[in-house]
Amino acid sequence: MLHDARLEVHGAGAAWRRIWAMVRRYGYLILGSLPRMVELMYWPLVQMLLWGFLQTHLAATTSLYEQAAGILIGSVLLWDILLRSQFGFSLSFLEEMWSRNLSNILMSPLRPGEYILSLMTISLIRLFIALVPVILLANLFFGFNLFSLGIALGAFFANLVFAGWTIGLIANGVVIRYGLGAESFTWVAVFLLLPICCVYYPLATLPGWLQPIAQALPPTHVFEGMRALVLEKQFRPDLMLVAFGLNIAYFAAAYALFHIFLWQARVKGGLMQLGE
Amino acid sequence: MLDIPASPHNDIGAAPPPITVKDLVKSYGPVTAVAGIGFTIASGSRTALLGGNGAGKTTTIAMLLGLILPTSGKISIFGEDMTRHRYRVLHRMNFVSPYVNLPMRLTVRQNLETFASLYGVARPSERVADLAHELRLDEFLDRPAGSLSAGQKTRVALAKALINAPELLLLDEPTASLDPDTADWVRAKLRDYQAARGATLLLASHNMFEVERMAERVIMLEKGRIVEDGAPAELLSRYGRENLEDVFLDIVRGRQHAMTRDEPGGKELQGAGHAP
Repeated sequence: MLHDARLEVHGAGAAWRRIWAMVRRYGYLILGSLPRMVELMYWPLVQMLLWGFLQTHLAATTSLYEQAAGILIGSVLLWDILLRSQFGFSLSFLEEMWSRNLSNILMSPLRPGEYILSLMTISLIRLFIALVPVILLANLFFGFNLFSLGIALGAFFANLVFAGWTIGLIANGVVIRYGLGAESFTWVAVFLLLPICCVYYPLATLPGWLQPIAQALPPTHVFEGMRALVLEKQFRPDLMLVAFGLNIAYFAAAYALFHIFLWQARVKGGLMQLGE
Repeated sequence: MLDIPASPHNDIGAAPPPITVKDLVKSYGPVTAVAGIGFTIASGSRTALLGGNGAGKTTTIAMLLGLILPTSGKISIFGEDMTRHRYRVLHRMNFVSPYVNLPMRLTVRQNLETFASLYGVARPSERVADLAHELRLDEFLDRPAGSLSAGQKTRVALAKALINAPELLLLDEPTASLDPDTADWVRAKLRDYQAARGATLLLASHNMFEVERMAERVIMLEKGRIVEDGAPAELLSRYGRENLEDVFLDIVRGRQHAMTRDEPGGKELQGAGHAP
């Protein structure tokens, strides 16, 4: 019947249903396309092979890398957690832009906070699809078992994913505010962190003036923590707590910024013109 | 500014009217898209916002949906302030426009079930099945939305707009680019829905033929202002014309309405505009 639909719109149950509807919507897109599934794993696999072979070479020629087997491949896998969590968060949002569907979403009862939760969830799903096979292959090819990091891996993972979401949230806000002309920001923003947050080298390598900036970035503490674990066999919870505190502060700021961008887009009339 | 008071079209009962607009202004820098309009839409009515390109129709609809924030003025939907409390009423309304797409890679069923969940429909699958039957979507329910013809896409967009059986349905040129047969079918379905549900329809269009068939009240916009408001028959009588297109041309070309011709010295329609 055209005119008869019973609605359940109030309370937490309704909110979770809306979040789940968006997660399922993005899930359809991923699971419905084999090329998309392969694409998710492609670059992490290429990166892992590249750095894995380099690690093997260095281990045979330098004593440091002989003692710290897996440090490079561990770095690249952790970097991919950060990178893929941001891309997963932003890409799902860009799907709405590319399909000119964002205004449909924003005029529905789905609230911005619920939408963000759905993007976080699908980001995790994409991350698992992309990285679990690659982590298993890293163990197979190079004998590096990321899961051997144990509970530390959980702390590293949580902090890096959180940081990825923060960058993704800012990038999405920029695209909402400035349209698809600003899409490239989504793809390059995270790479600004690559040299600063000490993925492949210790914090001490950076010039003195850059070190405080690096220390203000949560991923720096994760990569320092990873090196402490691999090189010194020491888990540094203090570094993880600092990273977590910074993550909370930055995510809160990014959430506020996203709302400001959304509000500005509503003032400027941009939401009716978003699209391809 | 022509501020239209309650008069014959407005609700007198206890329930607030579906739409109340007061002194609504939307400016983009020096450009004023909507210049202080006001109107009230009665429950269960069919109203058209009629005007040429740039008259302010779509901007007004977007403000009613909460996608654009007014520069000043107030919009109440079912008595709720749309700037502050839009989430209290969004589940009671919906929108259809050929200029807003649904995700093309998702099937029609996936699209509709997603929106059913977003709008809090209690049993999405059943609702989609009912709509598919009523709107003749069964044969392509499991095809990607991007593979459909323009007419099929319009039917799917209509199903999306009716997914929550909205009490208030906003339409922006709903039959644009459709062939006459499909356009007539869409109009018939909308009228059927409105009659059965007792819903309120607000249609933005510059298709005079459509407005004559769909609307029992016409609000004419010109350069962001309301220049006429009344039943189609009233407007035809007032301007001494046989169809709304001629009334529209009289207005946009700056001619005075027919009663002028009865005044001394007013034999000809005076206009700043072009000859027909």
